[in-house]
Amino acid sequence: MGDIVRVQTVEHAKQNPQYAQALADLLFQLADDDFILAYRGSEWLGLAPHIEEDVAFSSMSQDMMGHAVMCYQMLEDLGLGKADDLAQLREAVTFRNAILVERKNGAGEYNDNPHYDWAYAIVRSYVYGLHKQVRLEALLQSSYEPLALISRKMLTEHRYHLMHWQVWLKQLANSTPEARHKLEAAITKVWEDAGELSSLGQNAEHIVRFGLIAGEELLRQKWLSNMKDIFQKAGLSWPGEPGVPGEKGRAGEHTADLVQALATLSEVYRMDPAAKW
Amino acid sequence: MTHDKTTQYESPEAVCWEMLQDVKDPEIPVISMVEMGMIHKVRVESGVVEVEVLPTFVGCPALEIMKKNITEKLIEIEGISEVQVRFVYDPAWTSDRIALDARDKLKGFGIAPPPLDFKPGDSWDVSCPYCDSVYTQLENLFGPAACRSILYCRHCKNPFEALKPIY
Repeated sequence: MGDIVRVQTVEHAKQNPQYAQALADLLFQLADDDFILAYRGSEWLGLAPHIEEDVAFSSMSQDMMGHAVMCYQMLEDLGLGKADDLAQLREAVTFRNAILVERKNGAGEYNDNPHYDWAYAIVRSYVYGLHKQVRLEALLQSSYEPLALISRKMLTEHRYHLMHWQVWLKQLANSTPEARHKLEAAITKVWEDAGELSSLGQNAEHIVRFGLIAGEELLRQKWLSNMKDIFQKAGLSWPGEPGVPGEKGRAGEHTADLVQALATLSEVYRMDPAAKW
Repeated sequence: MTHDKTTQYESPEAVCWEMLQDVKDPEIPVISMVEMGMIHKVRVESGVVEVEVLPTFVGCPALEIMKKNITEKLIEIEGISEVQVRFVYDPAWTSDRIALDARDKLKGFGIAPPPLDFKPGDSWDVSCPYCDSVYTQLENLFGPAACRSILYCRHCKNPFEALKPIY
């Protein structure tokens, strides 16, 4: 880690093409993770277990969408296209989100007989959120100052998301046998994908060498240790090392779920990308 | 505020600050953006005013409305030909930036102000903005706007909102 230089502006970042590339690669991961999971969250609108949860889930999804916008904006500043286009006009193979965030909410479609899995929503959001916490804390030290600054701001919002999912996990873990059973099934399902979250993708070496974020192993260990603690406090048995899915989302390999999500979320935008909102 | 009426002797920045007192938070119409601590810097140079705004929440949907309201207000000033509004994140907005006298206005509007000097690990105890009772309960950490939570006063039996501590 001998060549870490603080980079204060986008102009400065652009002077070193390798640095700009590593930064862009990381930003796409951050943006796409938040954007796609926020979209999945928005698909719970009107379907959450009660009205308060509807408000809470929408609010958190809105925060996450806002975080994604900031990252897409930084990509726009790097000269990679308009933020709105980056979110809505890219094909699935250019998305760098982890597979975990793109999985459907459950059986059925939003507009057609949705039988969504609330336990999966809780476990996925919480496990992702705990990873995001570790990632944001690491980004406070990022060599790219605009990213460090915005991460500090995101952390102030994100802690409320963690509080919320913490309450759900604890309550379901200590509720009826049915709730407990559904929760454990959701943990198993989330665990099949969760290991990919700490991947920094194909350009990981440069991303870390330029001091954009701490290394994968460091992030992973911290995240796992936080989760172990939480599982223990909730009286849940530790499911072991999280697995990785067959597709490598960070390398642009995705499931049909993402293709469908992108088609739905960008349907209106694609009709007329020049329209003023 | 003791600015006199002869604004031509004030600096153009001071005139802008005064005008900005009239730009209210779109979601809390009793509080100005200045009182919310959201206006960081105002600079005027050859008729162009540049305003730096600190967003309370990154994804706040009211940001564009604020930008528009600030622009419309400041362009009224004689000698101002252009208004540039920029959102900045350094320093980060925290709930301690809310002006002390604005905290009472929040209460009057039915919103409990955030605690002062809140530190990680502190417990968030909220008094009812109507009856000051501490016998309140959190109904929903998330409310009608990203910055607010929904609570219920067990004493006077009113639902109310509270600004989240952001620190």
